[in-house]
Amino acid sequence: MDMQVAKKKLGLKERYAVMTRGLDWTPSYQKMEDIYPYIAYEGIKIHDWDKWEDPFRLTMDAYWKYQAEKERKLYAIIDAFNQNNGHLNVTDARYVNTVKLFISGISPLEYVAHRGFAHAGRAFPGPGPRVACLMQSLDEIRHAQTQVHSISNYNKYYNGMHDFHHMHDRVWFLSVPKSFFDDAITAGPFEFMVSIGFSFEYVLTNLLFVPFVSGAAYNGDMGTMTFGFSAQSDEARHMTLGLEVIKFILEQDPANVPIVQRWIDKWTWRGYRVLTLVAMMMDYMLPKRTMSWKEAWEVYFEENGGALFKDLARYGITMPKCAEQIALEKDHLSHQAWSTFYNYAAAANFHTWMPDEDEMAWLSSKYPESFDKLYRPRYEFWREQAAKGNRFYNKTLPMLCQTCQIPMIFTEPGDATKICYREVDYKGDKYHFCSDHCKEIFEHEPEKYVQAWLPVHQIYQGNCFPEGTDPTVEGFDPLAAVLKYYNLEHGRDNLDFDISEDKKNFAEWRGQATKNI
Amino acid sequence: MSTVFLALQTNEDTRPIIEAILQDNPSAVVDEQPAMVKINADGRLVVRRETIEELIGRDYDLQELQVNMITMSGNLDQTDDEITLFWKS
Ligand SMILES: [Fe+2]
Ligand SMILES: [Fe+2]
Repeated sequence: MDMQVAKKKLGLKERYAVMTRGLDWTPSYQKMEDIYPYIAYEGIKIHDWDKWEDPFRLTMDAYWKYQAEKERKLYAIIDAFNQNNGHLNVTDARYVNTVKLFISGISPLEYVAHRGFAHAGRAFPGPGPRVACLMQSLDEIRHAQTQVHSISNYNKYYNGMHDFHHMHDRVWFLSVPKSFFDDAITAGPFEFMVSIGFSFEYVLTNLLFVPFVSGAAYNGDMGTMTFGFSAQSDEARHMTLGLEVIKFILEQDPANVPIVQRWIDKWTWRGYRVLTLVAMMMDYMLPKRTMSWKEAWEVYFEENGGALFKDLARYGITMPKCAEQIALEKDHLSHQAWSTFYNYAAAANFHTWMPDEDEMAWLSSKYPESFDKLYRPRYEFWREQAAKGNRFYNKTLPMLCQTCQIPMIFTEPGDATKICYREVDYKGDKYHFCSDHCKEIFEHEPEKYVQAWLPVHQIYQGNCFPEGTDPTVEGFDPLAAVLKYYNLEHGRDNLDFDISEDKKNFAEWRGQATKNI
Repeated sequence: MSTVFLALQTNEDTRPIIEAILQDNPSAVVDEQPAMVKINADGRLVVRRETIEELIGRDYDLQELQVNMITMSGNLDQTDDEITLFWKS
């Protein structure tokens, strides 16, 4: 009741100064450029590192105290969730597929973020950003660990999650989030901070976490909701770090502005392409919907991002130009993505299905411009075919975009009946792109993106079969070999939800939980 | 003026904090979402330690808010007495 707040001898500002800048020193027998070798080559000019200040003024001692409190709250709930068979309280078993998507697509990125911030923090000569990066690096490993702990309970009951990290490094669509983060951590420290700290954490994070977390809350998944909120409680600090980074770099030297603008343009687009997975999760995978992808984009990017870029205009920074194309895609993105996963359900670690009548009505009301005209007829046809026993599984591998690694499924901006193809010839090879933005990113750094590990190319080159596979033997089934390499079991981890073990088991277990059998 | 916002988890810790924010910010509007309370305000939003202390009847350290924050929008500044979210334009 009477929680005592110890009287502090120093105020917050002085305490922050003493515990960050006060702990730094100037090296005397090593040259600064030898200690901080990555700080100059990106072209960013910093004149005074002390101008950096964390607006929360959080020091390490306070950090440990509050993080420990967050962990205590989280684990109390995880225990209660597991003790009460909380997994049986979710709306229906289709929901669990969002959890599969999360653990194999997002949680491994938390771990890479941990490494990225540790690396960036080490690279900066200023104690302010170094301490802030240290905290975020610790936050990110906490996110990875708490997500693995929370979701391990689902793994006891449902398929497709048993080897999430192995899959993250191999499964075709998981190369989209994986290559996004690999792209960021192989950039210089300033670009890393703009890509993840600013573009991803500040501009796009609300579109990733808020839909997943409130989706979990809407669908009775207390476990995911709780780790989501626990991770999210660090997010306000990450967003603040991201915004401070940008302001600090821009204030240090006017020559930094065009470099930063290029990074913002690039990383907003890269991040948005990754969010394709979130868009389809929101519109198709949550049995009980929270808001549509289009609504979320309007609230969190157009409104909120609009305010942000208006504020940054005083530095000469403008709204990334890709925002225009994104606005044109918002009526189509989730539908085009779900159609693709419906097609490729034989090769993924989660199940797909066709929306039912109520869900189709919801989609029509949220997407009056596009759904009834373009996507409903397609779904009705597929549903009819499935009813006749012809559920379609596409076994032809798609062409991938060299930059974002998404199959070339997107349509021309402004014409949703025509697939968008772009290509570039570079050193005698042809490279393909899903959009003008991915093409421009490649053209600016071709030597980086020619190295992309594209799952489809790798399969065709024979690099995605278990060791010792002989693809020349009679009757060789490439898909079966690829699934073995992914460590996915055909007929259990993949295919349509309707025929899944998950669906059958959930119905049985829920029956046992509510009836006396 | 653009909107700033602060989103907090819905729980017993945040109830008096939300009340304090509404007292101190006439333009603040509460948007209740599943398990989350989002408070929007016009251009500027202040969380004052003293108001919270009056409501909970004990000393309060604004850094405790770290535990219950979900997301925010705007530039931030924190002192011993206040957290301020603001847009400059
Ligand atoms: Fe994280
Ligand atoms: Fe692309």
